[in-house]
Formats: sequence, C-alpha cells, structure tokens
Amino acid sequence: MRASTVPQLPFDWPRALKDAGMVAGVVVLLAIALLGFRIQDTSGGPPLAYRFDDVVAVALIAFLGRLGIAALRAQRAVPVLVGALVFAIALTAALVLGADEQQLFFRSTGLNGTIALAAWILSARAAWLVWHAASETSAELREARMDRLSAQVQRWSGWVGPLLLGLAVALPFLPWIDRRLLDIATLVATYIMLGWGLNIVVGLAGLLDLGYVAFYAVGAYSYALLALHFDLGFWLCLPFAGIMAAFAGILLGFPVLRLRGDYLAIVTLGFGEIVRIILLNWYKFTNGPDGLSGIPRPTFFGLPMVRDAPEGGHSFHSFFGLEYAPIDRVIFLYYLAIALALVTNLFTLRIRKLPIGRAWEALREDETACRSLGVHPRNTKLTAFAIGAMFGGFGGSFFATRQGFISPESFTFLESAIILAIVVLGGMGSQIGVVLAAILLIGLPEVFRDLNQYRMLAFGVAMVVIMTWRPRGLLAHREPTVRLGHGPPEERHEGPHA
Amino acid sequence: MTPLLSVEHLTMRFGGLVAVDDVSFDAPASKITAVIGPNGAGKTTVFNCLTGFYKPTSGCMRLRHPRHGEFLLERMEGHAIPAKAGVARTFQNIRLFTGMSVLENLLIAQHNALMRASGYTIGALLGVGGYAAAERRAIDRARYWLDRVQLTDRADANAGNLPYGAQRRIEIVRAMCTEPVMLCLDEPAAGLNARESAELNELLRFIRDEHRVTLLLIEHDMSVVMEISDHVVVLDYGRKISEGTPAAVRNDDKVIRAYLGVEEAEEEAQP
Repeated sequence: MRASTVPQLPFDWPRALKDAGMVAGVVVLLAIALLGFRIQDTSGGPPLAYRFDDVVAVALIAFLGRLGIAALRAQRAVPVLVGALVFAIALTAALVLGADEQQLFFRSTGLNGTIALAAWILSARAAWLVWHAASETSAELREARMDRLSAQVQRWSGWVGPLLLGLAVALPFLPWIDRRLLDIATLVATYIMLGWGLNIVVGLAGLLDLGYVAFYAVGAYSYALLALHFDLGFWLCLPFAGIMAAFAGILLGFPVLRLRGDYLAIVTLGFGEIVRIILLNWYKFTNGPDGLSGIPRPTFFGLPMVRDAPEGGHSFHSFFGLEYAPIDRVIFLYYLAIALALVTNLFTLRIRKLPIGRAWEALREDETACRSLGVHPRNTKLTAFAIGAMFGGFGGSFFATRQGFISPESFTFLESAIILAIVVLGGMGSQIGVVLAAILLIGLPEVFRDLNQYRMLAFGVAMVVIMTWRPRGLLAHREPTVRLGHGPPEERHEGPHA
Repeated sequence: MTPLLSVEHLTMRFGGLVAVDDVSFDAPASKITAVIGPNGAGKTTVFNCLTGFYKPTSGCMRLRHPRHGEFLLERMEGHAIPAKAGVARTFQNIRLFTGMSVLENLLIAQHNALMRASGYTIGALLGVGGYAAAERRAIDRARYWLDRVQLTDRADANAGNLPYGAQRRIEIVRAMCTEPVMLCLDEPAAGLNARESAELNELLRFIRDEHRVTLLLIEHDMSVVMEISDHVVVLDYGRKISEGTPAAVRNDDKVIRAYLGVEEAEEEAQP
C-alpha cells in the first residue's frame, strides 16, 4: 500500500498464506481466552461453557480478511471485491432476515453485524481500488489530505461552532430525543468540558497528565462536603470547588516541575491514585468507600427543580406556572453541562491568544528556548496546571450535583485515561477535535451498550486504528494565534529545505 | 569606558573535568567580542554560565546594565537573566518554536512586557487595561525586525518550515525582541553560505551600531570573526590563551599553535 508500485506484481501466494496463517494463529491465541470459555451461572450445569466454534470462526475470518488485505496490497482488487461482497451480502441478508443465531458465526447479533460491516468496508475499499485502478495513494498523500481537511474544519469553525451549539441547544426539543439520549448527551457534554480542560494542560502546555481525574474528584468532593456540612448551594460552591481543584493542581505542579515526558506522566498517574486512595481511606472526612449521598441538586436561580415547592417558596414549575415534569430537571442539567463546557471553550479560545497561552505553547515546543527568552518556566507551568485543574474541578462539582451521590469508585484511572484519549484522539490542542472525540468515545459506546462486553474491546480497536492511521489525532491542525496578514495561509507542506 | 560585562576568574568543573579554568575577560559596551578556540575549548560552557544554564563552580560575572544597574549573573536564575539583566542568547543548534508561526516566536520573546500589559492575564481576560495596544506595539516591533531580515512576508508561516538560513536570522531577531543590552550568539554563521554570511555580518553590525547592543559571539568562521569583531578572546582547553584586537590575535604565536598544533620538537623547546 506504501509507494505506488508497478500495477501488476506477481502475487506471492506462499508469503501471503503464511502471513494470514500467522495472523490467524495470533487471533486463536487471543480468542481462546476471550471467546473460548464462558462462565455459566446456571446451577447444576457445568461452570464453563466451551465455545471453540467461535474461536475457529474468528480465526477463519481473520485468515480470510488478512488474505484479502494482502491481495488488495498486491493490486488484486477484483477477486477480493467479489469475495468480500458475496460474504458481506450473505451475512447481512442472514442478519436482516433473522436467521437462526446458531448457524451464524457468533451468537451475538452485534458481533455478526460488526463482521458484516468489516466485510462491507473491505469490499468498498476493493471497489475503490478497482475504480481508481492505478492511482494508489501513498501514506503521505493521505496524511496531507487529512491535514487539508482539518485545516478546512478549522476555517469552517466560524460557522461549524455556532451550528453545533445551535444543535446542542435545540437537542432536548428534537422529537426523537428521550430521557436516555438526553442523559447520554449530558455525559458527552461533561466529557467535552473535561477534555477542553485537560487540553489546556496536555494540548497547549504539553504536560502529559495521567491523573486528571484527581482534580475531578477534588471538585466533586469539595462541592459535596461544602454542600453537606455548610448547607451551601451549587452556584456558591462552584467557584470554591474550582479554586480547591486549582490549589490541588498547584500542589501537584510544584514537585513535578523539573520532570518531563514519561516521568511527569508517571508522577501524575501516582497523584491520581493517591487522591483516590485518600478519599477511600479518610473515612471520617470523606465517608470512604460508602461515598457521600444526598448531595443537593442545582437550583435555577434559586428555584429548586422539585415537585413540591419548599415552605413559603416556589419551585421551578410553580414559579413559571408549568405542569411538573421530571424531564425538566434532566433538561436543566443538560443545559448546565453545555453552559459549563461553553465557558471552558470560550476561556481557552481567549487565553490561547493571550501571552500566557502563547507561553504555554512555547513551553510545549522548547522549554530551554523559553528560559533563554525570559519566560518563567515554573510560573507558566503552574498556571497551566492550576487552570486545567480548575476546569476539572468545575466538571467534578457538576458530576456530584448531577449524580447526587459520589464515591471514590467514580474516580479511577480509567476516567483519566478516557479523558486523555479524548484529547489525544481529537488532536492535541484542537477544540472541535475534542468534541468529535468525545462523541465518538463516550456517546457511541453508550448508544451501543448492547455490545456490552465487547464495548471496551471496540474502544481499544478504535484507538489502535486511529493511532496508526492518524497519529497526531483526528483534527490536528494549528492556526497561528495572531497574524500579520502576509503570505498564503497554507504553508504546511513545504518541507524544511536549506 | 567601563566594559558592559566583566568575567572574573570563571571556573566550571564537571566532576573531574575542568571545562573552563580561571577565565577572565571583558566585553566592551556596544562592541562585538568574539570568543574563539578549537573544538572543546570551553566556549559554549562560558556561554551557558553567562546565560544561567550552568551555575559556575567559582568566579564572578558582572554585568553593568545602563538603566537597571549592576547584576551578578552567577547569582541569578536562568529565566531572570534575559528578563532582568537583559542578556539574550541564541543556540548552536537552532531552537525555534518550530510548530508556531514566526510572528508568534517573536511575540513570545516579548512575553514579560506583554504579561505586564495584560495585567497578568486577569486584566486582559476582563478586557481592562491596554492590552490590545500593547500587543499592537509588540507586533510592530516584530515587524520592524522582520523587515530588517527580509522575512516579513513569512511572518505567518510555521517557523519550522523556513529554510535553515532564515531560521538562523529568526533566532537572532527573536533574541533582539527581548530588548537585550547584550546578545550572546553561539556560532551564528554555522551552516550559512557566503552570501548569507555577509548578510549576517551586516545584521550584527546594524545591531551594534543602531541599537547599541553589546555582542558576544562564538564563531569558527574566521572570515566572520576577523571582519566584524572589535575584540577577540581565545580559549584553549578551558584557559584563555590570548586576547586583543583581531589583528593582534591572528599574529599571536600561542593562537597559531593552538589551532595548527605544534611539532613535538617545538613543544619540547617550550618552557
């Protein structure tokens, strides 16, 4: 697939078969543990069910698929097209017509569907190759094309942003939106906000932070504890939670100032775990693994979203003279999440154009050069940590008020990893990219919950695919923060030549 | 006339290795002082001490800033040396912010002034204080220097995409945007062709004559050194072996010996 070779090379059958066989072997090794056994909880029967037919099926699919890809690389598109198309049509037809599950490859419709999709993609690729017989694109060309696309998206962001925002605002009133989808949208908005917050630390300042969830936790517990002990409302606690999280950011920032890259990542990872373990063990203060419950819900300018208005006051629906509807609160929380995310976004967009934002980016590029220009590396890093953490804290208090219950279990390393994945996948420093990645990583798995145990597998596969296909992230394109207004805007692709 | 910079008994040891051994020299104000010597003579180490990247083992570096008074560079933190004492530097292997535009590179050099103008970010976020005007002034300064090196039309290009010679010039004008009183250049002519070298000489003279900046440069290219420097310091094995005008240094026996080596018989004849 690299470099456009002479169209008809002799197809190396033994090599292709050997390669496909090895892939199938690896798949068998992996699949025996993942697919081969299934624990049954039926009483009386054997504890394990064996599903070696699934293993064989998956190995066969891997073998054929690999062979197909090898043939595609050797420009043998027509047989692959025919084979993949027949396979895809047959499988899809079987799925659509509702064939007996036992006769298909796997017992899960979701998996069979995934395989059918893969076959469709393979046949589409083959068809593409047949269509453009000789004009194979190289990896560089593809990369350049994606770069142009992301540059285009950046240029469109003038109207894409408002469009997305309009869609987000209109979302609760779309006809096919139910409570579940709205909950997912709220979750996605929370992760978009967290992604934008972490983007300040990782994308702009280039400090790889694997413990971002610690600030999320600090924000959540700050709000919960303040609300429960001092009876303060959400809106009063929100800034406090942000300040506490920012303080935690500075606390983390100081010892790791001299560390770079991997070392920094390890220390921040440790910090995330330390915070979680403190929350778990400091029983008197945080209620340990039992968590904190009864966290007050946010009010709409002092109007609580409840059925029965408090003594001598109004609740949201009685004040506006509406029927009480439980969905109102969900919609309100959704708008709150959107508003918080929007604040994060506007803040980031603004600060990127200020000297501190430029200094963060310069620090990411070259710390030594920064020092030689009089940029204070310590203060600059600390502000990045503190501001990133502050938004994590806002996100945390929103999480606490939405759930009404928090426990250390919500703040595991996996959360940090997902937020980081959103930032990296979206393209470091790209605001729209974060939105796209959050929808991909949070929204889709929630929608496809039916895939249950394969959800994380699909997540991993998606990450690997994107990292090999586009290592700098989906929409990695940087626009200068300030322009002199000379020269053509598109100057990325000329290599450095002396 | 008092020199701008006096280096007194500077010594830098790395474990058992003495990279710089009791070196003293002066850099006269608004003149070009060249530090030359064979490879490994300790030139870059002297630079790193001056610009705060190393803490010297012993010795004293006194900088007399015409407006801010006297600074002892060995006692200052690395980032404070350019910010307060007004000593800027460039690097042997160019260190631009390659992912950022040329103009942004030049604005980061004015970071401290812009930070003050933006009310340490808070003022500018709230829209109070004259940040917009300050940024305009900073851009004007950047434009002035870009005009000077004929790179104005590339201001919005990625710094990393510029040709090598242009990157060298950008690094020098970026250092000049910090408004230094002393500019330390580490091999500015390395990798430049004859025409670019000549342009570089032109630029360095302009910086000295029009902006009254004191220049200190490490250079291997003798055509640059002999043509533009007013004062030359020669180092060899960490020691200063000669100092004086270019002409005097060129004819110094010790310098010739350090560069060309000596026959064994001659060496034995030496005391």
